[in-house]
Amino acid sequence: MAEVLVLVDHVDGQVKKVTLELLTAARRIGEPSAVVVGEATDELKAKLGEYGAEKIYTAPAEIDDYVVAPKAELLAKLAADKSAAAVLVSATAENKEVAGRTAVKLGSGVLTDVVDVTPEVVAEHSIFGGAVITHAKVTSGVPVVAVRPNAIPAEPSSGAAAVEAVEIEISDAAKAARITDRVKQEKGARPELTEAAVVVSGGRGVGSEDFSVVENLADALGGAVGASRAAVDAGWYPHAFQVGQTGKTVSPNLYIALGISGAIQHRAGMQTSKTIVAVNKDPEAPILEISDFAVVGDLHKVAPQLTEEINKRK
Amino acid sequence: MNIVVLVKQVPDTETERKLNPADSTVDRAASDGVINELDEYAIEEALLLKEKHGGEVTILTVGPEQATDSIRKALSMGADKAVHVSDDALAGSDALQTAYAIAQTLGTLEYDLVILGSESTDARTGVVGAALAEYLGLPQLTLANKVDIDGSSVKIQRQTDDGYQVVEATLPAVISVVEKINEPRYPSFKLIMAAKKKPVAKLGIADAGIDAAKVGLANATTQVVDFAPAPPRAAGTVVKDEGSGGVQIADFLASKKFV
Ligand SMILES: Cc1cc2nc3c(=O)[nH]c(=O)nc-3n(C[C@H](O)[C@H](O)[C@@H](O)COP(=O)(O)OP(=O)(O)OC[C@H]3O[C@@H](n4cnc5c(N)ncnc54)[C@H](O)[C@@H]3O)c2cc1C
Ligand SMILES: Cc1cc2nc3c(=O)[nH]c(=O)nc-3n(C[C@H](O)[C@H](O)[C@H](O)COP(=O)(O)OP(=O)(O)OC[C@H]3O[C@@H](n4cnc5c(N)ncnc54)[C@H](O)[C@@H]3O)c2cc1C
Repeated sequence: MAEVLVLVDHVDGQVKKVTLELLTAARRIGEPSAVVVGEATDELKAKLGEYGAEKIYTAPAEIDDYVVAPKAELLAKLAADKSAAAVLVSATAENKEVAGRTAVKLGSGVLTDVVDVTPEVVAEHSIFGGAVITHAKVTSGVPVVAVRPNAIPAEPSSGAAAVEAVEIEISDAAKAARITDRVKQEKGARPELTEAAVVVSGGRGVGSEDFSVVENLADALGGAVGASRAAVDAGWYPHAFQVGQTGKTVSPNLYIALGISGAIQHRAGMQTSKTIVAVNKDPEAPILEISDFAVVGDLHKVAPQLTEEINKRK
Repeated sequence: MNIVVLVKQVPDTETERKLNPADSTVDRAASDGVINELDEYAIEEALLLKEKHGGEVTILTVGPEQATDSIRKALSMGADKAVHVSDDALAGSDALQTAYAIAQTLGTLEYDLVILGSESTDARTGVVGAALAEYLGLPQLTLANKVDIDGSSVKIQRQTDDGYQVVEATLPAVISVVEKINEPRYPSFKLIMAAKKKPVAKLGIADAGIDAAKVGLANATTQVVDFAPAPPRAAGTVVKDEGSGGVQIADFLASKKFV
């Protein structure tokens, strides 16, 4: 069976959940080979094996000192050397760029923001704010596919996890954009927005920069906090947390919208959530049409009661 | 400093967007065309850099005839001139082919900087900037929320999930911008009138050095095989808060095993 390359997302020696989802998808197509840039800890390698990685390619950390291009060189080289059947990456802003450059190098094509993929590498897209489902494929060469986090459930399956160090000389051209500093902004203990199983978002209805009504509910559910563009534009919450067409796309098991009307541009970023709950004082708000459960009322009354109730039942 | 800004016309997200049943391409005639929103931030950034460092701002659009409206709007924000590549051979081009077409056209222009929006609201692939840097062999300074230029050095803040990276390179370079880098200006009446007289060069693929065998639906690297409306979500429960709305949601979440 042909190898399927999976670019591993990891922080502080921990594999991100989306990588396990990609390994699961890769098993449908062929034999998963995980590609790790930077330090591959024993814990990390073990985890990749538990989710079916037959091989683990490790590549020098230096690749991460430059923007995107060296990673594309690495993936394109491996895909060619190993005659890979496909290359899978997570559909983060950065990895979509990696996917694009890799496909240019391979002379193939790239499919981004994919929500499902078949053994023949036909990819499913959810477009126009979730209104239309399409299927697309790469017409020739090694398909490069960027899959949305939370789209394909991760399932364990043991793999040999044989480690192989990749010898690679990064070209000077790929070193043209150098990363000279990294700044982490306050993040706190909450899970990352695109990966979280639960997302609680606040909109204009929150009414002020005091977002604690949203944060408290998110914390009670162990979820991430999101915001509509109206809340971000008002300066109540940072842009990094914006959900929607010009913000992040999320696909959690549970999405709770507090004081968000549900404009098409907001829905574009959350409509593939599995369960949607809304609190809105307007019975005509479009968000109610896509909600599994909705309460028409004041979020400042309903959300604190819900938070208290969840904490009570824990 | 000469800056080329890439502008795409996209279907207005406020209108109902459709695909053509015949070839699964976006029905661009069915909706009003507007400038892709993030491109307005790219134009604004180019104008700010011009105000600081001098030079000229050129709008480059690869798009059908009707994209002229968006080009005029871009000019009315204050850009100096435009290049419009329009050719039926380009219809149906995918993300990588579009990047190729733009790269070839840039080969016929003089520039120090190319600026674009980080993605378009219709396709949302977010790969054109990166693919363009690959084709041109230029530094990729994408997802910028801040840009500083000093002589031939350029420094950006590249937005990441948990903060930003500082990235440095030398010109020429490709920059893509994210929302919040600036506040795009509104065109003044005077600029709108002036824009009508600004030069727009119309190019076909031969003028732009684009190989017909590398673009268009028939040669696309990706292909849409089918499409259908998403199955409607089953109608949910809507209750009015009579004082126990929070408890009712908790019960619902418990029934779904979230609590
Ligand atoms: C739902 C969907 C998902 C897709 N997913 C991907 C993907 O993941 N990756 C990918 O690479 N591609 C993707 N595509 C593109 C697809 O594979 C095909 O290449 C084709 O469907 C082109 O898309 P389009 O509908 O935007 O075509 P068009 O509407 O024809 O537009 C294609 C491009 O050509 C320009 N154009 C159109 N007519 C002219 C003209 N006369 N002169 C100059 N320029 C013109 C447009 O402005 C646009 O930039 C997707 C397309 C759709 C509809
Ligand atoms: C090109 C483009 C891109 C865009 N991208 C995005 C994007 O990425 N993300 C995004 O979110 N938007 C985006 N938008 C904006 C979008 O169109 C909406 O304007 C925005 O989503 C509205 O945010 P909102 O729902 O918080 O505010 P509103 O639409 O003002 O809705 C507020 C809601 O809160 C309710 N409410 C008020 N007070 C209370 C209360 N006390 N209790 C309960 N409910 C209350 C109201 O009934 C109302 O339904 C984009 C727009 C464009 C044109």
